[in-house]
Amino acid sequence: MPAQLTRADVLKVARLARLKLTDAELDDCTVKLGKILDYVASLNEINTDEVEPMVHAVELSNVFRDDAVQPSLPQTAALANAPKSDGRFFLVPQILEGA
Amino acid sequence: MSIIGATAGELLQRLERGDVSSVEATTAYLDAIALNDGRVKAFLHVDWDHAIAQARAIDEKRQRGESLGILGGLPVAVKDVVCTQGQPTTCASKMLKGFVPPYDAHVVTRLKTSDAVLIGKTNMDEFAMGSSTENSAYQVTRNPWDLERTPGGSSGGSAAAVAASMAPLALGTDTGGSIRLPAGYCGVVGMKPTYGRVSRFGLVAYGSSLDQIGPFANDVAGAALLLEALAGYDRRDSTSVDTPVPQYSRTVEEPLAGVRIGIAKEHFVSGLDREVESSVRAGLDVYKSLGAEIKEISLPHSKYAVAVYYIVAPSEASSNLARYDGVHYGHRAAQFDNMIDMYSASRGEGFGAEVKRRIMLGTYALSAGYYDAYYLKALKVRRLIRNDFDEAFKSVDVIASPVAPTPAFKIGELMDDPLAMYLSDIYTISANLAGLPGICLPAGFSRNNLPIGLQLLGPPFEEERLLRTARMFECETDFHKRRPTVE
Repeated sequence: MPAQLTRADVLKVARLARLKLTDAELDDCTVKLGKILDYVASLNEINTDEVEPMVHAVELSNVFRDDAVQPSLPQTAALANAPKSDGRFFLVPQILEGA
Repeated sequence: MSIIGATAGELLQRLERGDVSSVEATTAYLDAIALNDGRVKAFLHVDWDHAIAQARAIDEKRQRGESLGILGGLPVAVKDVVCTQGQPTTCASKMLKGFVPPYDAHVVTRLKTSDAVLIGKTNMDEFAMGSSTENSAYQVTRNPWDLERTPGGSSGGSAAAVAASMAPLALGTDTGGSIRLPAGYCGVVGMKPTYGRVSRFGLVAYGSSLDQIGPFANDVAGAALLLEALAGYDRRDSTSVDTPVPQYSRTVEEPLAGVRIGIAKEHFVSGLDREVESSVRAGLDVYKSLGAEIKEISLPHSKYAVAVYYIVAPSEASSNLARYDGVHYGHRAAQFDNMIDMYSASRGEGFGAEVKRRIMLGTYALSAGYYDAYYLKALKVRRLIRNDFDEAFKSVDVIASPVAPTPAFKIGELMDDPLAMYLSDIYTISANLAGLPGICLPAGFSRNNLPIGLQLLGPPFEEERLLRTARMFECETDFHKRRPTVE
């Protein structure tokens, strides 16, 4: 398994995960994630060369259904939990900078 | 006989006979919540008027002579990870404070059509991540047998509610043991059905290939009754399996002659508390006296289950929890620089420490350069774990084990050591990885008067076999009849 987890690795992962962490959280994560990764490295003891990965407990594939129209949520219900809405749309800050 | 503390079956009989109304039963449980939940803290949300209105409607149906669903007026508590239309659903997270779902989960629709009364929403580890119910943004639930100890998790609120007689039945969810572990710690019956047996539609997702909804009850017959109400195909969950649902509530009373019970030598190793081991072994003697055959089996990869789980579940969680972006619902930070910063700040503020840790772990395991070493490797070992069970079930009908290495631990004891906390699920996690059904039933008490649970696992879709085997034990013992005094 890869080398020891560093604080820089943790910072990079936090950016990927869109998580703003405090300095104390970054330090804590570096130590605790490092311990967990050391623990899961025990999997390297097992030879899995000839083993198919198991993604799901019930290995269904291609579950089809009729392409029929079903009722969907009314707009007011869909918007009811929005942090910010004008009653028609979800509102977000400006996306394109300089526009 | 008092309403409070009766089994679901006893209470249902009295409702059917007209000895007690659903309003009376519901009121009695609401009173019990008012009396005891200040100390136990099992519930996050109780809507007294709404519960009474549901009970009244069921009583009126019964008075009109209409046929009722199989839960005929029984109160049921629901873990706060299951969506209830018009009622708050927070997943015990600050992220979903104030969130009110616009629809019911499939299991909630099932409860309603079965004429259950939804008595309240129960506390849990945030987004079902934890083994102690300490990772709640709102309150720490206490074990009714010892208020200084945890009820287990993540469905600790539901387990504690049933144990403290604040509900005869409750729903939980189990991704790595989150029904069975708290059932064991609280001395109640808890069951994780086969993956695909119960629809996950409307269950807030954690680890989608592992999550399953199941029942808590104060006896096995109650768990059978509630599972019968919940189980069955639903087209809205594409992993729901379309296979007939047995009448668990009837067949549970039929003992299984000559049942073959497997014992894995890997389950009785160092780290297992001596009192837990002796209770489990005494449980096996009960089965022997009933004519069961006890056989030693081997699950050689079981020691890797926790490692596999803590790659697979966080990987799935990191993807599932990407939906909390502060746009459509959930917490949005008040201050941010731009759109990306709005996501990061909202998530940084809205999630608690363990949820962040698992999102980080999963993001890392799935990131470029590490995917093969962690995620793919874990999926391969997951296959080996399943193969072990398939091999074992060629020679035995069920597998018996402890549900946890020790009885309930103290509040705060493991909070700073996530890995030690994870290891409390060492006996339960394999069933989720393999997709198997499992049940935990009361099988003893420690010298400190803490409950000890016995776990039974079965092959896929053999819930009926597990329930019947568990009921045999229950009919010979009285551990499930003991109730804690909450004070």
